[in-house]
Amino acid sequence: MFQRIMVANRGEIALRIIRACREMEIEVVAVYSEADRGAPYLALANQAICIGPGPAAESYLNIPRLISAAEIGDVQAIHPGYGFLSENAHFAEVCRSCKIEFIGPSHESMRRLGNKSEARKLAMEAKVPVVPGSEGLITSEEQAVELAHRMGFPVLIKASAGGGGRGMRVAHNDIALKTGLTSASQEAESAFKDGSVYLEKYIEQPRHVEVQILADQHGNTVHLWERDCSLQRRHQKLVEESPAPNLPAEVREAICAEAVKLVKAAGYYSAATCEFLVDKYNKFYFIEVNTRIQVEHPVTELVTGIDLIKEQIRIAAGEKLPFTQKDIIHKGASFEVRINAEDPNHNFRPSPGTITKWTVPGGPGVRVDTHASTGYKVPPNYDSMVAKLLVYAPDRAQALVRMRRALAEFQVEGIATTIPLLREIFRNSAFIEGKVDTTFIERTYYPKKD
Amino acid sequence: MAKQSNRGSKSQEPQEAEEKKSLPEKPKPSSSPTSNPGPFDVETVRDLVHLMKEHELAEIELADGSRSLKLKRAGSAVAAQPAYAPAPPVHLPHHVSAAPPTPAPRETPAAPAARALLEIKSPTPGTFYAQDKPGSKPFAEVGKKVTPTSVVCIIEAMKIFNEIQAEVTGTIVEILVGDKQPVEYGQVLFRVDPAN
Repeated sequence: MFQRIMVANRGEIALRIIRACREMEIEVVAVYSEADRGAPYLALANQAICIGPGPAAESYLNIPRLISAAEIGDVQAIHPGYGFLSENAHFAEVCRSCKIEFIGPSHESMRRLGNKSEARKLAMEAKVPVVPGSEGLITSEEQAVELAHRMGFPVLIKASAGGGGRGMRVAHNDIALKTGLTSASQEAESAFKDGSVYLEKYIEQPRHVEVQILADQHGNTVHLWERDCSLQRRHQKLVEESPAPNLPAEVREAICAEAVKLVKAAGYYSAATCEFLVDKYNKFYFIEVNTRIQVEHPVTELVTGIDLIKEQIRIAAGEKLPFTQKDIIHKGASFEVRINAEDPNHNFRPSPGTITKWTVPGGPGVRVDTHASTGYKVPPNYDSMVAKLLVYAPDRAQALVRMRRALAEFQVEGIATTIPLLREIFRNSAFIEGKVDTTFIERTYYPKKD
Repeated sequence: MAKQSNRGSKSQEPQEAEEKKSLPEKPKPSSSPTSNPGPFDVETVRDLVHLMKEHELAEIELADGSRSLKLKRAGSAVAAQPAYAPAPPVHLPHHVSAAPPTPAPRETPAAPAARALLEIKSPTPGTFYAQDKPGSKPFAEVGKKVTPTSVVCIIEAMKIFNEIQAEVTGTIVEILVGDKQPVEYGQVLFRVDPAN
């Protein structure tokens, strides 16, 4: 087992990893940029090393500085968290070539599964259902037009290297398709240095259901059931829950089994999440794999009782999974809401600044993962999430009540947050009935005026 | 690999101290103070205080199950302590800071500058080398005049030895880091008097 681990991340996920390490009695080194200097969670690490100025490119994304910090911190492994370099195969490779283990998959399987077009191809080979679309990358406008006509509009143009909703365009006709191809490709080129795109049939008003996977380096692969993340705005998740509501048991079992099949076929180990779209007929289609731990991982932790970060660390250290599929029981229901420092009344514009009041909820079945506190200054340089509020209860109805109670207790002043919108969502009848899809937020709260 | 520590537990001194002093090998809490001194007995605490003074240790923390003892010397530069109480025994939480273990460099917060001194800071985390090769003359010594392109040290990061230039004109008045010491981004390495 590792003696010392470095966390190549910040904020709540850095704190999450620090906590797992402390419980495993592993020493932990944190890194910070000048924008994060003085953040209270840094004091919970054994050592904290400043790696650069605020901008992520010069700190949390800067491989030489991170590796230098790992070397002077004398660590055996690095946990990349989520975002930043967590899905950067080159970083994983550099770590290992410097004899520092990367807590995540091998760089080869990360490359294979992390590239959307490659993952799609692998899924097709493994006979995992995929969204109808192009076999591989789009090589010409003519090919795209021909395919779109064959599948039928609307279609979705997707960047192979994309993530976080970027590099995607919906097209309802030829003209939109042609302009969409160019703009999606350009956006992907500039954001991910890879402008390649592929085409999918656009599934209207789908649900987003994803499956949590854990696999060790000995070939054991298990699923930890599903999460429904249909509540999104501009492809950013706001609310996640488990189990997925109103999903027939056989569909649920099938989605989970297909996810395991795909990850096994890729020879992948560590944590992963396989994402699927479910249409109104409960047919499901694989869309992509996230080759890292995710923001919403605590939802699964609450309904399975399994600590995903600890398992990631154990897997990286070469240990076998301490459970088999039949040991993984899904119990109860859980919701997570993401609390962002954004103003939902002003187009979600970021609201950095000093938190003057921070009262978090507590009591039975409430979990708050946050690095913020009263007096904390939310820096403008990074994503705006300041807390994750989770609830756990014996069933969904009770979990809904608990989340309403917890959201009412949550008091924040000094910055704007998405709490008011979340409170409304948890009073919305369609959401309460579990009848939402990925267009719900925008349709309900931010309808486009024609 | 250079280990950063401005506390006693990871440096050479405690081991040497243990050879000199006869501290009990496996301290156990004991009701009888003289027969088998434990970590929480006055005798042991007195010994520890003496040890700290002798070896210029800033802080010692011992834990035995759920009981723990922390001794801090007044007047020593101590980096921020974690708010989280039960830290692992003897491994002291610390931050990479400008306070080094070797004798030559001085601790930073002591004397306020009489006139405005310029600071040369590390542009990256890494390991500080005062000279080109072991045994050769240091790049910068107190009193040395530097220009913006003068090389003042090497910071090694990921096996790349980066020559660090002064980027200021003046005279080196303070060297805050010791040879082979780990440094972090933004850490002050030298202070330069621009007047000369």
